[in-house]
Amino acid sequence: MSAAATRIVFDHVSVAFRTAGGLLPVVEDVSWSIANGEFVSIIGPSGCGKTTMMNMVAGFVQPTTGRVTLDGAAITGPGPERGVIFQEYGVFPWLTVEENIAFGLRLRANRAADDERRATCSRYMQLMGLNEFARSFPKTLSGGMRQRLAIARAYAVKPEFLLMDEPFGALDAQTRSQMQNLLLDVLQQEEKTVMLITHSVEEAVYLSSRIIVATARPARIREVIDVPFAYPREESLHESAAFGELRSHVRDLVMKEYAMQQRQQGAAAAGH
Amino acid sequence: MLVLVPWAVLVLVWYGVSRSGLINPGLVPTPLQVGERAWALLVHGHLARDMLWSTERVLVGVVLGTVLAVPVGFLLGWYREVRRFIDPVINFFRALPPIALIPLVIVYFGIGELAKIVILFYAAFFAAVIVMYEGIAQISPIYVRVARTLGATDGEIFRRVIVPLAVPHMLTALRVALGVAWATLVAAELLAAREGLGAVIENAATFFQLDIIYVGIISIGLIALVMDLALRAVARRMVSWQERIGS
Ligand SMILES: Nc1ncnc2c1ncn2[C@@H]1O[C@H](COP(=O)(O)OP(=O)(O)OP(=O)(O)O)[C@@H](O)[C@H]1O
Ligand SMILES: [Mg+2]
Repeated sequence: MSAAATRIVFDHVSVAFRTAGGLLPVVEDVSWSIANGEFVSIIGPSGCGKTTMMNMVAGFVQPTTGRVTLDGAAITGPGPERGVIFQEYGVFPWLTVEENIAFGLRLRANRAADDERRATCSRYMQLMGLNEFARSFPKTLSGGMRQRLAIARAYAVKPEFLLMDEPFGALDAQTRSQMQNLLLDVLQQEEKTVMLITHSVEEAVYLSSRIIVATARPARIREVIDVPFAYPREESLHESAAFGELRSHVRDLVMKEYAMQQRQQGAAAAGH
Repeated sequence: MLVLVPWAVLVLVWYGVSRSGLINPGLVPTPLQVGERAWALLVHGHLARDMLWSTERVLVGVVLGTVLAVPVGFLLGWYREVRRFIDPVINFFRALPPIALIPLVIVYFGIGELAKIVILFYAAFFAAVIVMYEGIAQISPIYVRVARTLGATDGEIFRRVIVPLAVPHMLTALRVALGVAWATLVAAELLAAREGLGAVIENAATFFQLDIIYVGIISIGLIALVMDLALRAVARRMVSWQERIGS
């Protein structure tokens, strides 16, 4: 297996936010990278700095020190080659389902001809099971459908990267599992490089080729775990012994960091 | 039909009060007297013309006020730093009742049509600008972020995200401005107006013609109501995408 090209690099990255209580270190001296075609999950306690790390790749946050680069060049802002699926889906309420998906294709950055745009829209509506709702406004959609719409909209502009921030966090277990399989299917059809933030160990192990366990705030890298299972992955993987073993290993690490975060919060609360 | 019930109740209560003898009947004309007077004024008098004058003034004042309030509200809503400086100034002027400015307006603009438009413009502008900028300031930044990740330029974000999200606030601003403008109308027409519903009420008050006062007041209410209904109908069509409580 030849090593895929490195695309995104975190090079000794730290971030501190200016807050009312002084400087808050959120990410501390983090170095890691994502190679082409990888599926990297980041897992760590709530508030540890995961979204902040994703925001640096998306181009919304600049590192305080260190560099985040894409193909060697520092990331200075968002771009259509990096599709983002936000923790709060952000589907446009004033546009119908179809218009939401078409939004990116009407922009100068990736303008498509009318028939091409229509074809792309119907392809993703089909794929995401949104066909019947083409002309509906998002207010009539369920949470899972809004999520699928957000994914379809991000996919429509054909990004090379997908940055997903707890995309399935708000869904029930069944819908969540459906969405995971759908994501794997779509990635099988269109190769993309993925960065996924999640709180679910199960999800991280099932979907990723690599898992990064982040520490309690400020986020550092606790451990990087290579997930050995080949793609395409099937539901039955959840039942395998190797999966179970890896899952408990990751769970142990994550639980320790969650506990650490709780202690920190407790200490901070007591200090006030 | 059910919408008529509260109105019917209102008229009945009015009847009851005027007939009860609790109040000197000379002070409370019956609905019938008022209706007859309205009819007479419509057919033989100038009620229609007065209504038209008032409506026109309100519309001109509101349209001018809102046309200026929308871009100013945009600027204030979008640029936090600008808002911090300008907000106190706006609140200062907004707190001044337009009536208090009438003497000054007379000095600077005379007592003609212009003076009344100025007052209504003033009232409409400050009512609309607040609604507009509060609305814009509350637009969730997530939509702007999403648009940026899809490759939108600043101009595209303005046209394709901010403007559609601002439309409901524009309509609300228009409605609020209309309400305030009608409320200010009588004051504006106190500027020695000879036509308009405010003048009708003023003149009737001089001669203690209570039924005409009632006709004037009810006319203002009716026109304002019709305008608001029309605007809401337009709003329902333009912003059918909005999630609303209780619909
Ligand atoms: N713009 C900002 N200014 C100040 N503080 C911020 C800012 N953005 C994030 N923070 C703080 O940084 C910390 C990490 O935030 P972040 O959103 O990255 O956490 P997270 O790991 O994504 O948490 P969650 O799992 O709950 O989504 C939090 O304490 C948050 O309050
Ligand atoms: Mg987060």
